[in-house]
Amino acid sequence: MPNFITSYLGSKVTPGEAGNQFWALIYVFIIFAGVALTVMWLLNWVERKALAHFQIRLGPMRTGPHGLLQPFADALKLILKEDIIPAQADQFVFWVAPMIGLLASFTVYTVIPFGPSQAVSDMNIGILFMLGVSSLGVLGIVVAGWASNSHYPLIGALRSSAQMVSYEVAMGLAVVSAILMTSMNASGTGTLSMLGIVRAQQQQGIWFIFKFFPLGFIAFAIFAIAMVAETNRTPFDLAEAESELTAGYHTEYSGLRWSLFMLAEYAAMIAVSSIAVALWLGGWMHPFPNLLSSPAWEFIFSLCPGLTFVGLAAIAFIGAARMPSYSFFRIQRLGLAVFAAVLGFVALLLLVIAVAGRSGDTSLAARFREGIDYVYWFLLKVAVFIYLFIWYRATWPRYRFDQLMRIGWKVMLPISLGVLMLTAIVGVIVS
Amino acid sequence: MNPALNTAVNAGMAPVATPWFFYVLAGLAIASGVAVITRRNAVHSALALIVTLLSVAGLYLMLYAPFVAGVQIIVYAGGIMVLFLFVIMLVNVERASKDRRFNRIWPVGLAAACALLALFVSVFIKGKALFPDRGMTLPESSNTQQIAALLYGEAGRMGQYTFAFEIASLLLLVAILGAVIMTKKKI
Repeated sequence: MPNFITSYLGSKVTPGEAGNQFWALIYVFIIFAGVALTVMWLLNWVERKALAHFQIRLGPMRTGPHGLLQPFADALKLILKEDIIPAQADQFVFWVAPMIGLLASFTVYTVIPFGPSQAVSDMNIGILFMLGVSSLGVLGIVVAGWASNSHYPLIGALRSSAQMVSYEVAMGLAVVSAILMTSMNASGTGTLSMLGIVRAQQQQGIWFIFKFFPLGFIAFAIFAIAMVAETNRTPFDLAEAESELTAGYHTEYSGLRWSLFMLAEYAAMIAVSSIAVALWLGGWMHPFPNLLSSPAWEFIFSLCPGLTFVGLAAIAFIGAARMPSYSFFRIQRLGLAVFAAVLGFVALLLLVIAVAGRSGDTSLAARFREGIDYVYWFLLKVAVFIYLFIWYRATWPRYRFDQLMRIGWKVMLPISLGVLMLTAIVGVIVS
Repeated sequence: MNPALNTAVNAGMAPVATPWFFYVLAGLAIASGVAVITRRNAVHSALALIVTLLSVAGLYLMLYAPFVAGVQIIVYAGGIMVLFLFVIMLVNVERASKDRRFNRIWPVGLAAACALLALFVSVFIKGKALFPDRGMTLPESSNTQQIAALLYGEAGRMGQYTFAFEIASLLLLVAILGAVIMTKKKI
């Protein structure tokens, strides 16, 4: 049994490919815990803080230093709330609806390529699986709206289903044009596997966003717009438009069930961002992988994760130093200083690994360094998208429903069809 | 052990297709299929149908056809069923189900069901002579590519099913156009 567990460490494939259920399970736990914690704590806090600063407010400041513990307080409140199921609601469907959304958005994570071996499994149909399963998420919303047996949720659910079905078409066509680009190699065979798509970018020495400029970029832009609509975020959040439908499809939900919807929405945000990163932005590769691949550059890039944490620790230290000097703030200052120290320790650890593992790729430190590098660059790109989601929310007003439909069917669909055809034509001419 | 599974195992793949999984998926498909026609509530029926479709997708996976399974999820479970639910919610089904039916459609349905049953039974009895002994087992790692070669051909040659595939796509196009013409009063 120990052999079964340790043998995987020597291999350079995903646990699914190695047929190692133990490590697959470990990966699943890490991803689930990581995503749940990121969503619950980090994303929640960043979104509230960023939105507040966009609007020249402070945002949460009281619970913990700079409101860092506010998400935990909110989570506790949500758990302690009374769990209400409306009397006229369809009990079973009402109960099962949040789970559908949550299951759909978390199942997708099995094929997200955080690195060449940092994925639970590599499926031959990777991207198809991701699009299919994430499109099941809408069922949760539709069914929730119907089961509530109330007007606003029903309207929200109807809007959401129409919106998702419309934008899925443009999204799928944009994805197909990226998949077409994977076949620009000697054998002329493309791939649907997520790892395969990133590897194709590695082989062709170009991120697909720059390929056949501007075709790759237009396809990416269409996907980037459609994914906002798919996740029901502003400016496409008609399904939960507060000013018209109170809270849309989850009006009747409260407490833990409501938080499951939120968790599903944020998890879906990360998942679709990962699709965009893997398909167009080179997945786990650092910037300019074809130009800056000498050992010296590799070393510089491998220092980035550590330096990021150094920066975060510095920000936290500055925050602690700038706390008002009342006695009231003493605990907060101490807490923030401890948090900064923890961040600094993580930074030190990452830098030590980067330095120790710089030589070759045989030692354990080198394996660790490589893995950290891959995951770091992937997550950094995803983080940019997440920030964009928040930025959109602060910037743009909500679309009207007819405008939404018009953009989906009359603008994005023809453009993505045209891009698909042009990509095919250019591909044939070039090869 | 069936021949398809034998080839799959010989090709060096781990046998995920154990009978246990098959019985679970098949049982789920049948149970939810029965629920589709017995539930009075249309939304419950639609949800049961989704479970049926998903378990059929699981069966495709067991046949080492991941591409078909993925398409099944996208097209049926993700696309068509959402539209089903959409229509069920738009149309007031509760009132429609209470209306008196004036067309006697059930003899036709019974006849169709009997014909289908007869077909299944005859396939079950004569299947060995009708179908090739072993089905086409495509290697799982390049399943999508193999399907593409069958449908579109490779290396300049026409695929085995190119013509049938194009005819089917034409049929679908006609259906789409028909739907547009029926809904639009003037084009």
